[in-house]
Amino acid sequence: MWDYSDKVMDHFLNPRNVGEIKDADGVGDVGNISCGDALKLTFKLDNEGRIVDAKFKTFGCASAIASSSALTELIKGKTLEEAEKITNKDIVEYLGELPEEKIHCSVMGMEALEAAIANYRGETINHDDDDHEGRIVCKCFGVTDIKIRKVAKENNVKDAHEVKNYCKAGGACGLCLDEIQTILDGIWSAEENNETNSDDEKNNFDSLSIVQKVIKIQEIIDREIKPALENDGGSIEFINLEDNNTVLVELKGRCAMCASSQVTLKNLVEAKLQEFLSPNLIVKNQ
Amino acid sequence: MRDKVIYFDNNATTAVAPEVFEAMKPFYLENYGNPSSIYTFGGLLKKDIEQARARVAKLLGSTFTDREGHYSEIMFTSCGTESDSAAIYSALQTCPKRRKVVTTKVEHPAVLNLCKELERKGYKISYVPVDSRGRLDMEILKEQIDNDTAVVSVMWANNEVGNIYPVEEIAKIAHAKGALFHTDAVQAVGKIPMNMDESEIDMLSLSAHKLHGPKGIGALYIRKGIRFKPFLTGGHQEKGRRAGTENVAGIVGLGKAAELALEKLEEENTRVKALRDRLEEGIKNNIPQIRINGDLESRLPNTSSISFEYIEGESILMLMDRLKICASSGSACTTGSLEPSHVLRSMGIPYTAAHGTIRFSLSVYNTEEEVDYCIEHLPKVISTLRSMSPFWAE
Repeated sequence: MWDYSDKVMDHFLNPRNVGEIKDADGVGDVGNISCGDALKLTFKLDNEGRIVDAKFKTFGCASAIASSSALTELIKGKTLEEAEKITNKDIVEYLGELPEEKIHCSVMGMEALEAAIANYRGETINHDDDDHEGRIVCKCFGVTDIKIRKVAKENNVKDAHEVKNYCKAGGACGLCLDEIQTILDGIWSAEENNETNSDDEKNNFDSLSIVQKVIKIQEIIDREIKPALENDGGSIEFINLEDNNTVLVELKGRCAMCASSQVTLKNLVEAKLQEFLSPNLIVKNQ
Repeated sequence: MRDKVIYFDNNATTAVAPEVFEAMKPFYLENYGNPSSIYTFGGLLKKDIEQARARVAKLLGSTFTDREGHYSEIMFTSCGTESDSAAIYSALQTCPKRRKVVTTKVEHPAVLNLCKELERKGYKISYVPVDSRGRLDMEILKEQIDNDTAVVSVMWANNEVGNIYPVEEIAKIAHAKGALFHTDAVQAVGKIPMNMDESEIDMLSLSAHKLHGPKGIGALYIRKGIRFKPFLTGGHQEKGRRAGTENVAGIVGLGKAAELALEKLEEENTRVKALRDRLEEGIKNNIPQIRINGDLESRLPNTSSISFEYIEGESILMLMDRLKICASSGSACTTGSLEPSHVLRSMGIPYTAAHGTIRFSLSVYNTEEEVDYCIEHLPKVISTLRSMSPFWAE
C-alpha cells in the first residue's frame, strides 16, 4: 500500500483539467504503454503568450494521474518562459510529497511539459531524441546513459537503486544496476575532484607528449574503468598506446571470457577514455 | 458507503475461519507446553499434533500410517515457501549426480527465485514456457526432462490466473526419466479434490493461510519411501525431518482448516464457482474491451484474472479501495517493482492489457450481494480511468 498524501489523493480522485485541447498550441506526448505510464499534455496560449488552458490525458498509477493534474494547475497562467522553469521537484512540492518510488511520475510531468513547449516552438529536440543518441543501459525500460546522467545530476542521485525512482532504469530485472552505479560514480567523482576535471583533461590531452598521454590513460583506466570491471570479477591491463590514439588493452578474468567483451570495450573502456581524455581515442583488445 | 469490506483477494491470503481460531486458542493460553517434554502437560500435545496431521492427510487423500499409527507422509513446516525449498533442496541432495531442475516460467517466486539461486550455484535450470492461455508447452517439458534431471517442480494451480496444471501426467513423465516430482499446491489445496494414494506425486507443498488457517504454518507431503534430507537441522521434531519446536497452535489451526476445507470442497466447486462465473459474466456484459486471462477449460473455481485494456492496475485498485473492494493487480506498480507480472508476460499478454489486469479471488465467505455490488460499481471505475487515458478512444 502506498502512503499517498491527501493532496495526491485529491488530485487522483478529482483530477483537474482532464482532456485534450483540440486546436492546441503545444502538444507533449511522453512515456508509452509498455512502460506502464504515458502522458499527453496539450496547452493553449493567449495573445500575450500566456498559457490560458492546459489539459492532460494520463495512463498510469494514482500518482501519475495526480502529477499530471498538478502539472496543468502549475502551468496555467504562466508565460512559456516561466513554465519552462518548472521541474519535477515543483510538481512534488505542489503535491506535498510523493513516495520515493513514485518520483518518476513527476519526472514524466516535467518531460511532457518540455516536449509540449518544444512542439510549440517547432523544435524537434525532445527526450526521444536524447534517448536515440545515448546507449541503452536499462534494457527493460529502454533507458539510456544520457537520461540516467540527466536525472542523477538534477536530483543529486548517488545510489544506483534510487535511479529507478526518477526514470525507472534498473527497476525491473536489476541486471544493469552495476552499470548504473558506474555511471553515477563517474559523475560524482568527476564533480568532487576538481583537479581531474574531465573538461580540462580533454582540452589538453591531444597536445600532450606521448609519455604524459600514457600516464593519463593509465590514470583513467585505474580510476574509472578497473573498479567497474572488478565488480563483475574481471579486470583490465593497459598494454600500449599506438599511433598516438589507439589504446591497446587486455581484458582479464571474467571479462576475458565474457561473450560481450567487445561491448565492454566499446561502451565502457572507449566511452570513458573519450569522455575524460579525447574523442579521438580508439580502444583495441590485444 | 459500505462499512464491511468485500474481500476478493483470497489467493493472497484468507480470513481465519472462526472454528479454526477457536480450536487454536487453548494452545496459547492453557496448553502451552512443549510437545517434546516428558511430563503429561507437554507430552500430551503430541496427540493434538497427530490429530491435525491426520486431518491434513485426509484432505490430501493420503491414508498411509507408520508403525506408530501416524500419518507420516505429512511433515509440518512454517509456510509454503519453506515447503518448496525443503522439497527441492532435498531432491538435489539425495540425487547428487543429477544437476538439473525442470520447472516453469509461471511458478510462484518461492520456486522461481529459489531456482535462480540454484542457477548461481551451478545447477542447470529449465523454465518451461506457456502459451497465451498460460498452458504449459508439454512438448518442451518432455524434451527438458532428461537423465540429468533431479527434480521436476510444477505448480498444481497458478496463483495469478488460476490455471490447473496436469501434474499427474507430468509426474509420470518425470518418473520415466528417474526424476522426482514436486508440486507447489499452495493454491490448489482445499480448492480442488486430491487423492495422493492414487497419485504419482512425490512431494507437495501447502500453506494454511490460503485455506482459512493461520499464517506461519505449512506442510510438505512426502510420499513414503522417498528419501528426504532435512532442510532445517537441529532437534528431532517431525521424526527428525524438520527441526524446531512445533508451532502447536498453528498445527492445530492447519488441521482444523484442512477438516473444514474438505467439508466445503463441494461448495467451493459449486457455489463459489457460480459466484466467480457471475462476476465474470457481469463484468463482461457491462464493461467493453476486457479479456479474461488463463485456461478457461482448466481453472481454479475461485479465481478470475481480468484485463481492463488501456488503463493501469494500481489506479483501478485504488478506486476499488474507495468502494471497499479488495483485489490485486497483475501490474507491479503496486508492489514497487515496475515490471508487469512475470506470469502475464510469459503468456505474452500485451502491455496494453497486462498493466491493467486485476485478479479477483473468491472464497466460501463471499456472497452474491458482494458480487452484484462489484458488478454495479466497477463499470464507473473503469470508465472514469479510461476517460483519462490517452490510449482510450470511445
